[in-house]
Amino acid sequence: MSDKVMFMQGNEAIVRGAIAAGANFYAGYPITPSSEIAEKASELLPLCGGVYMQMEDELSSMTAVEGSTLAGARSFTATSGLGFSMMQEHIGHAVMCEVPCVIVDVQRGGPATGLATKPAQGDVMQARWGTNSDHSIITLAPASVEECYELAIKAFHLAYRFRTPVIILSDASVAHMVENVRLRTPKPEELPASRDPQCDPSEYLPHRFDPDHPATLAAFGSKYIYHMVSSTHDETGLAKTTPDVSDRLVHYLWDKIENHAEEIAYTKEYEMEDAEIVLISFGCSARSARGAMEKLRAQGVKAGVLQLQTIWPFPVKAVQKALAQAKLAVVPELNLGQLYSEVQRYNVEGRKVISVTKVRGELITPDEIIKAIEEVK
Amino acid sequence: MYTWKDYVGYDRLPHIWCSGCGNGIIFNALGQALEKMQLPLEKVVIVSGSGCFAKIVNYPGVNTVKMLHGRVLSGATGIAMANPELTVFALMGDGDGTTIGGNHLIHAARRNINVTAILGNNYNYGMTGGQYSGTTPEGSITATSRYGLVEDGFDACKLVEAAGASYVARTTAYDVLELQKMIIEATEKPGFAFIDVLAACPTHYGRLNKMGTPAEQMLKIKEGTVPVAKAAKMSPEELKGKLLTGKLVDRNDREDYAVLYAKMAKEARGE
Repeated sequence: MSDKVMFMQGNEAIVRGAIAAGANFYAGYPITPSSEIAEKASELLPLCGGVYMQMEDELSSMTAVEGSTLAGARSFTATSGLGFSMMQEHIGHAVMCEVPCVIVDVQRGGPATGLATKPAQGDVMQARWGTNSDHSIITLAPASVEECYELAIKAFHLAYRFRTPVIILSDASVAHMVENVRLRTPKPEELPASRDPQCDPSEYLPHRFDPDHPATLAAFGSKYIYHMVSSTHDETGLAKTTPDVSDRLVHYLWDKIENHAEEIAYTKEYEMEDAEIVLISFGCSARSARGAMEKLRAQGVKAGVLQLQTIWPFPVKAVQKALAQAKLAVVPELNLGQLYSEVQRYNVEGRKVISVTKVRGELITPDEIIKAIEEVK
Repeated sequence: MYTWKDYVGYDRLPHIWCSGCGNGIIFNALGQALEKMQLPLEKVVIVSGSGCFAKIVNYPGVNTVKMLHGRVLSGATGIAMANPELTVFALMGDGDGTTIGGNHLIHAARRNINVTAILGNNYNYGMTGGQYSGTTPEGSITATSRYGLVEDGFDACKLVEAAGASYVARTTAYDVLELQKMIIEATEKPGFAFIDVLAACPTHYGRLNKMGTPAEQMLKIKEGTVPVAKAAKMSPEELKGKLLTGKLVDRNDREDYAVLYAKMAKEARGE
């Protein structure tokens, strides 16, 4: 039987992708432009045996997501702007305690209340470094409604594979854009693995400081009894605050994601084979970049687009490969150059890279990108 | 058969709390209560946050999770809703429970989430050196109110009663047998149950407010309370400055959130 195709908003596609990935718990607090995610979750989850909880704020939303995960649920939440700031508190807890979950940040103009209904991409660095202290994290960014669906499935897979919170960095434009989505059923290997640790309960440890094989997270209520302490802890999950344990734990939390950056690096290439002008972008600005590329190609300019679906860990190899073939690289984004600074960090051969930015609550137009290119030619 | 030692995680003791602190007394009462109820170890979850009382998660033989400061009840809410078969205890100091987490206290009670919340209420933040909290009485000397506290603490039991809790009770760490009984009642009560346990902090609050030895402090705290039955016969003047102890609320007119949610969902599915 062929997959059902539906015409829907990006926000709805994220909910449907999450449910396709087995999500059965949502806790959140409505905030523009993410609210349709809460609304759709409240409508669909009860129909498939799940739970929607509207919490009193984003602090409690993120905690309830974690609590439900520990008790066996597959959980997610969505927010925007200030709500994402509040969630950073317990995102750090989820990093430390290795609680898999998915957080959707539908970016809007800021700072503070900012442009509540307008698109922006200003949370690139907040997604990476928003919670306190050294840690690593996974962040995916959809550029279309179909990618909202697909990346929601991937986000859950990665969350459980690496036992980490995964952030989906959407934006007001992708969230409210309406496109066709193929609602395919994920293959078993695309879904999170079983939470049954398979060992004797007396031998079960909730953590394993092996960057290649994080421990399986058992569910509270199963035969595996465990402790989950957000203080510095050893593999037992109990607080142990010696220098050596801290050193092992912090390095492990970093390495388990950073050592697997290539496995997590999802990118898309458009007309990159012979591209000399390379546009590196993500989310809604990757659509602007593709528009510019098509116009440039029509003029005979060899332009291509590298779209980063994974933002964190940064897809270094793909970006360096693109830079290596570029006479000029362009990074369009709806912020003042957050992705650009990261591209430059890995621009070891010193290629010419320009930043195209916009913080007006409007999308970057293809012509603005072309104009920026012409100005440096 | 499980014994209290199985529940408290006897092999991981001694605990870190100071002599005379109420936390150890509450922990013991919880262990004794669990022994009487004989709940399977794997079906019990203890949730805590930050501060002295929160360190409790390092000992028990049941599941435990330490959330961040104030987020005890929101974490417990997620656990209770994801698996309604679990018995969930939220153990909080007055910081976690009534101050930084005060908003969650209102809404856990309002939703009538099936969680048993125990407040180890010692009128200050012991872990950070004895600063005042949301329950510290006016005029108290603390590490951040050296000249006497200008704010007044609030009655957490009245708050959760107004917000809709099914069960509300108060006792002191002196009345350990009453506390055990309350823990059993609260655990067996569907919906949100709240026990406010008034306790001494001899290291900070009691010392700074010249309350005497730890034993004298426990007695002084008890003397500041009146059992609810006795209070019914007392005048407002006689009750001034006193906190009521005993079972304050025991409602049966509302089902707990998980039950109501499951009913709604079943209806939505047309079952």
